[in-house]
Amino acid sequence: MSNSRFVIDGKDIPFRPGQTIMDAAMAAGVYIPHLCHNPDYASTGNCRLCLVKLNGRYVSACTQPAIADSQVDNQIDEINQQRKTLLQMLFVEGNHQCPGCEKSGRCQLQAVAYYVGMLSPYFTHFYPRRELDASHPEMVLDFNRCILCGLCVRASHSADKKNIFAISGRGMDSRLVINSTSGKLGDSNFSAHDAAASVCPVGVFLPKHKGYEVPIGQRLYDREPIAQVGDVAHPNHQRDKK
Amino acid sequence: MTNKLETASNPEQLKRVVIEPLTRVEGHGKVTLLVDEDQQIQQARLHIVEFRGFEKFIQGRPYWELPVLVQRLCGICPVSHHLAAAKATDMLVGATELSPAAEKIRRLMHFGQTLQSHALHFFHLSSPDLLFGYDDAVRHRNIIGVIEDHPELAKKGIMLRKYGQEVIRVTAGKRVHGTGAIPGGVNKSLSSEDRDYLLKDIKQIIAWAQDAVELIKTIYLEQLTYHREFASVASNSMSLITASGEHELYHGGLRAKDAQGHTLFDHADCTHYEDYLREAVKPWSYMKFPFIETLGLDKGWYRVGPLARINNCDRIATPMAEQRRQEFMQLENGQPVHATLATHWARMIELLHCTEAIEQLLADKDLQGSDLLHTGDMQHRGIGVIEAPRGTLFHHYEIDDDGVVEKANLIVSTTHNNQAMNESIRQVATNYLSGHELTEPLLNQIEVAIRAYDPCLSCATHALGKMPLEIELVAADGSTLSRISKRATGEICSTR
Repeated sequence: MSNSRFVIDGKDIPFRPGQTIMDAAMAAGVYIPHLCHNPDYASTGNCRLCLVKLNGRYVSACTQPAIADSQVDNQIDEINQQRKTLLQMLFVEGNHQCPGCEKSGRCQLQAVAYYVGMLSPYFTHFYPRRELDASHPEMVLDFNRCILCGLCVRASHSADKKNIFAISGRGMDSRLVINSTSGKLGDSNFSAHDAAASVCPVGVFLPKHKGYEVPIGQRLYDREPIAQVGDVAHPNHQRDKK
Repeated sequence: MTNKLETASNPEQLKRVVIEPLTRVEGHGKVTLLVDEDQQIQQARLHIVEFRGFEKFIQGRPYWELPVLVQRLCGICPVSHHLAAAKATDMLVGATELSPAAEKIRRLMHFGQTLQSHALHFFHLSSPDLLFGYDDAVRHRNIIGVIEDHPELAKKGIMLRKYGQEVIRVTAGKRVHGTGAIPGGVNKSLSSEDRDYLLKDIKQIIAWAQDAVELIKTIYLEQLTYHREFASVASNSMSLITASGEHELYHGGLRAKDAQGHTLFDHADCTHYEDYLREAVKPWSYMKFPFIETLGLDKGWYRVGPLARINNCDRIATPMAEQRRQEFMQLENGQPVHATLATHWARMIELLHCTEAIEQLLADKDLQGSDLLHTGDMQHRGIGVIEAPRGTLFHHYEIDDDGVVEKANLIVSTTHNNQAMNESIRQVATNYLSGHELTEPLLNQIEVAIRAYDPCLSCATHALGKMPLEIELVAADGSTLSRISKRATGEICSTR
């Protein structure tokens, strides 16, 4: 056990050399809102939701190595307001229709939005036109919900060793693409058992022929907030068993 | 059966009176009347002025989303759309027969839905007209007036609706827009705790439902001639029916009778509805006009809903409601009842039936069963038909090999009643308004006629692509400066 420590919102957090602020905070049970971070994959700092202040400077907690004796601000109004604005932008960039979405109640984007108190999108919706890819026999991809977190890209690359997914384009034209001759998932070597199939924090990856099988009231985030429940890909099982 | 007053021969020379918005109905609509110099009404039309387009935007979505997506058509009867879509998706996944638990939980959900919707319509929306008269002061002729003058009655109405909503909540997860029914079954059984919770109040609910039937019967018979004649139009009737001819809300064959009660078709397979029904489009309405194909557009229009169901069935399966049905059918000595305002009476008989049926179902152990989902071989075509509170509801979907919706056709209860509602307002316009100076109380009679059908205008408008459209440029003094219209054929007409 390392003796190195930092302080986050007044709480003393131990860390090992090389750990990020996010890793150390999660290990200590301190929740920092995030979407693109998954401890199984290298962090990229895409979503910027884990923005914290390290000794007064903005950093992304998932990429910033912890610094001994530093002061980290996480749950302060200034940062939460910026997180809320980031989420509001994510909601209007895609087509996130929670009332009809199969992932409602077990969607990390929705759960984080509730957590930071985002009650309306605020900005004008873009309503982009994005087609469904239903060409694969086991999985539908609904690009309407993609937030370009890149988790499926990283999982397919490092865990599945398939490199099926990539982010293509720049700026507002950025989009998730499939590495196959037709650009369709059905023409790739994707399998519903791939790690990439279960890391999406939103509702892009939808198993075929299944929907709404978990009743309202029993879904992942129905009873407790995400800070207690954990991520979609890594729910806090110990807590679930209580 | 006549289209008299549908289109005046000289509209440009007539005064236009508009009732907009229609009040105490679900959705947005208006009525236009064209009146000549002698106050004679020459044209009367019910227009639905909102547009939804669900049939179009669910194209391209996965079929298993349909029961949850499509129920967003409505906040009053979402369970009907939820279950009709679920039945259609049952067909898509090859679930030819549901488990007893799944079917009974769906039926329970549907009885709860019909109970709450009928209670809402009768007590909240229509009782002010029935209790106070169509010419009561506007500020008093509403649910607040009912609460002030008849607090116990208002409370019963609210509690009846609340009970129906609770039935929905425990079966679908939420009072409005739940997720209980999924392709091939349901996602949960009814816990014994929830069953006991519902059983606790059911006796009281049944007693209040009996009171409601008695109330409307008393109101109706007190002014029998008026209620019998007001907005009355002889029509064909269509509804679902069980194999033995009983009143049915969830699943059965189609039965249609003519105005004299003769059978037009019986136990028709719902999945072949296109063999029996056609839909027409008229350039002045967003709502389609369905008709029975063999009778044609002019004679083939029909009623659906409580009055049609009570007229059509041979009996009701629960004893108190059946006794009340027999009493009701004596109104015309066993012949079909065509009095539009009798729909309120028929609706309360159904409300009583729902409460009795809920009590019976709650005693059934199958509700606690664990066999909830059945599937089979995937199909490309799925059709689900149900009796929504307002009438027969058709959901028809076609999907591609990937499970994505290619085509959707929704024929909603209110759409079936489109021509009947128009005929009723024309009857009222002819018999009660023509020749009189048009005042608010007189115009409210038009709304009273429409309200009896309990239309859900937001559910009923789906035309897209060849949608007829009319835009008017109106000056500050109310005069029309110019009008541009697109016909159903796509032809654009401009007038000044």
